[in-house]
Formats: sequence, structure tokens, C-alpha cells
Amino acid sequence: MAVTALSAAESKRLSPRLRKLEDERWLALALLTPTAVLLGLFIAYPFFEGVLLSLSNARVGHPGEFVGLKNFYKIWNDSIFHTTVWNTFWYTGVTTVFKLALGLWLAILLNRHFRGKAIIRAFILLPFIIPTVLSTFAWKWMFDPTFSVINWTLFQLGLITTRINWLGDPDLAMTSIIVINIWRGVPFFAITLLAGLQTISPELHEAAAIDGARPWQRFWHVTWPLLMPVTLVVVLFSVIQTFADFQLVYVMTGGGPANATHLFATYAYQLGIGTGLLSEGAAISLAMFPFLFVIVVVQLLYIRRVETR
Amino acid sequence: MIEGALWRRWIFYNIPLILFVFVLLFPFYWMIVTTFRPDGELYRPWNAVNYMPFWTNNPTLEHILYLFEETRFARWMFNTMFIALVSTVISLFCGVLAGYALARLNFPYAGGLGTAIFITYLVPQTLLFIPLAEIIRNFRLGDSPWALILTYPTFLIPFCTWLMMGYFKAIPKELEECARIDGASRWKAMVYIIIPVAVPGILSSGIIAFTLSWNEFIYALVFLSSPEQKTVPVGVTSELIRGDVFFWGPLMAGALLGSIPVAIVYSFFVEHYVSGLTGSVKG
Repeated sequence: MAVTALSAAESKRLSPRLRKLEDERWLALALLTPTAVLLGLFIAYPFFEGVLLSLSNARVGHPGEFVGLKNFYKIWNDSIFHTTVWNTFWYTGVTTVFKLALGLWLAILLNRHFRGKAIIRAFILLPFIIPTVLSTFAWKWMFDPTFSVINWTLFQLGLITTRINWLGDPDLAMTSIIVINIWRGVPFFAITLLAGLQTISPELHEAAAIDGARPWQRFWHVTWPLLMPVTLVVVLFSVIQTFADFQLVYVMTGGGPANATHLFATYAYQLGIGTGLLSEGAAISLAMFPFLFVIVVVQLLYIRRVETR
Repeated sequence: MIEGALWRRWIFYNIPLILFVFVLLFPFYWMIVTTFRPDGELYRPWNAVNYMPFWTNNPTLEHILYLFEETRFARWMFNTMFIALVSTVISLFCGVLAGYALARLNFPYAGGLGTAIFITYLVPQTLLFIPLAEIIRNFRLGDSPWALILTYPTFLIPFCTWLMMGYFKAIPKELEECARIDGASRWKAMVYIIIPVAVPGILSSGIIAFTLSWNEFIYALVFLSSPEQKTVPVGVTSELIRGDVFFWGPLMAGALLGSIPVAIVYSFFVEHYVSGLTGSVKG
């Protein structure tokens, strides 16, 4: 580490600008300015623009004028939008439950000493590290209607006699997407929950075991409550990312077949960028906001309650 | 952990763990096999006789060659790398300074600003991409790497700031006070004493920021249009699918090669990545 002490004479030679930074308030202002500029320019300003855009009738090449809540009225009565809202909640709910259950299971499996633990942990995170679009293409190829390796395996095992058209049927397509999202999210849950498990003292388990608690009781009365704060934050992040997901559905189905698997983001993309109806696209994107807002507020309140308990 | 007989350990731990690892890694194995499999074997129906999907005896490099000869794949790799590196550096710079201010300085509205950072941390990219596309066009940044270099920090800075706040809060106040007593200015105490101590945190945030920008898709898809400006995920999606025809060999080769830089960076800094990931969910 560098020698940093300044002699008294040196500190007097500080330039006026540096002397101003001695005041915590000025220093804080200086340190926060770059962040404030970038976030203001590319988050606050677009948010404001987005609200204006959703209240206009702008299209590509047509600036548009103010039309009030017409776009929101239109999507309120749009049956594809209804499907989209339902899909998004279904997708988020089902995947979160499975990611939490499987992630916790995997975390418990990893929370022991065994040979090769570090390597296994490193490999397990790969689905989370590798760019989603690229790994989703691997899944799309595995789910290909004609060349599916999954169909091949099921056929060889004698479980099916005709092919399963994974992405051609609305329900199957949604299920396939859910499976891939779970596949990608489980490592994140497992590794973060593992970190939470490691902070729980083994003595608590031993004490419970001596008192005669069965393994399941030890989990339910010792591990689960102590893990709650970490679990809630992990779920919060995962729910928001899943709710606003785009890449996976865009690659797997593009919202099809027949607009049956759209999420907010893919439907907004299809209308706003695909067909150039900027204002309607912006309205659909922004329609996510109240839902996200409620999710965040409820979760944060709950987290605070658990932490102060 | 209390464990019983050997057979119990196998049933309750080893076999489930092996299954997890198998399912989590199988798609990558499939990517690799497809990359080196000739087209003649690739497009055989799933119920064809004597079809051996899990291995090939005639490995080929034709798909990788196709990628470099018929598409701008090398250019996409360079673009992605450049954009990821520059936006990571910008985000680290902003995030370290902001994290320091929010964690260690007393100033009005510090608490409110901390909450504001946390809220922007939770804003997904898909909420703002349409108005942002308009703004990028008005700033005349469309179809250039700067469109992404300037917008990726919107999701990277809140993350870096949040993570760095955690690291800075863990450093004892006395460390700084000692330097101040020895005559260091506030600025110097920050630059020479506190930031060096926080290097592990900076590495963690940097690695995660790098993988996040390599993974970003929707901004790159919307803001870039010409083939030579694209990033790997967008290039692979838009140039290797023509209408309904998927070029599966080159697609999988592109997915494999496009994953390698991230995998290499990750493999060198696994511990930092994991500590960053777990730090990011600490309230």
C-alpha cells in the first residue's frame, strides 16, 4: 500500500478544489454526480418519455399527438393482452415455486464436505453465466419438432410412439419455456441459498437433534426460518427478472403459436418495434410498472417484517 | 451434518446431485456435439434407425468455418467484448464512487438516495426499451456501440453501487481516521486507503458486470441494425436464421464460441463471482 500521510506543509498546498472536497457534502456531491447523470439521462428521462409516448398515438415516422388514455383503453380490451397478463403471472408463479424448491434442494445437497465440491459448484453455475440467448438456442434445438433429442430418448425408452411437437402446441410451448427458465434460475437460487445455509451454525442442528428432532423437523423449525431473509431477497430478484423476461420467449417461440405464449416484454416488442406502433408498445411495457411496483413494495415490507422480528 | 450408512448417502445425496449436474450441463454437451457433427448426421429424424444422437464418429469443423467465412462472427465477438469491457469500466468507476459516498459519508438525503439506487437496481430493461430507442435516435447514437456502452450502465451501476456499499460498510471507520490523523485529505484517504482495501469487491462487481453485459439482449436487438455492429447474441439470432430455416450447425457453433469468453473469465474468478452473487442479495 502506498505511503499516504501528507506532511502539514503539504496539506496547506492543497488546491482550493481539493480543500472543498474536505467537506463531506461536497465530496458526496462530486462522487454521486457521474451516477446521477447517467441514471438520470437513461432511466429517469426515458421513463418520463415513455409515459408521454404511451399517452400519444406515435408510430414509427409519425411523432403523434396527445390522445389521453386511449392506448390503455385499447389494450384493456385486447384479448391477446389478456392472454399476455395471464401468461406472465403463470410463468412467474410456476417458475418461482420450482426454482425455490429445486434450488433449496440443490443447496442442501451441496452443503456438506465432499471431494470435488468446488468444481461441482463452479460447473453448476454455468447455466446462469452463459448468455441466455445462446443457451436457449441449445434448448430450442433439443425441442426441435423433427430432430428433438428428447423425443428420441422418450421413443427409445418406449414412452411415446408419435412425436411430441413441443413448440407447436400452446400449452406445451408454455411448459417448455417454463422448464428452460427453471433450468436457468436454479443455479442462482442454489448458490445464494447455499451461502445462507453456511451462515447457520451446525450447533443449532446438533442441539435440535439431541432434543430428538427428526431431519424434516430440523429443516422446518431450524433451517427454514433462519434462511427466510435470504430466501425473500432471492425470490424478489427472481420474480422481477422473470416477470420482465424477454430473451427466452423471444428465442423459443417469439410469442407464438398464435400469440399464445407472449409475456409483457415480447408483446410490447412485437407491437412497438415489430409493427411500429410505438405508443401501444410503450403502453404495454409501462403496464408492467404497477404490477412490479406492488410486488416490490409487498416484498420489501415483508422482508422488513421478517428482519425486525 | 449428520449422515448415516453409505447406501443412505448415495440415495439421499449422491444420486440426486449427479442428476442435477447432468440436467444442468446437458444442454452444453448438446451444443458441443452439434457443433462438430456434420450436416448429414444432424438432420436425421428422431425416429430414424441406427441414429446415434449423443456421439459422432465424423467430427467436422465445417460449422465453425462457416461462421467465420460466411458471417461477421469475429466482428460480433470483438463488438461484444469491446462493449462489455467499456461499459463495465464506466459502471465500476461510477459504482465505486457512489457506493463509497452512500456507505461512508454523512450528507443530506443519503438514505433517500440509497433507496433510489435500490429501486433503479430493480428496474428491468424491458420496461424502458421503447422510449429509450427513441432517445438513442434523437441523440444520434443509433447503430453504434456507444448506444449500448452508454445504456448498459443503467443496469450495471445500480448493481455495482449496491454491491460496493456492502463492501465499504464492512471496512472499519478507524482505518480512514488513522490516515486522516496522519494528515491525508479525505480524497487521498479514499483513493489510497479505502479503495485498495475494497479491491475484492471491485473484482466481484466487475466480473458480474462483464457477464451481465455479455448476456444483455433486448437493447442490442433494438438499438443496432447493421450486421457489422451487432453483438454475438443478436448476430447469431438474426443472421443464422433465414425466415423459417435454422442453420443449426453454425448456430450451435456460434453459441459455443460466444459462450467461451464468459466461461473463461468466470473460470478464473469463480470465487469472486460467487461472493459477488451472494453479496448482491444481502439486504
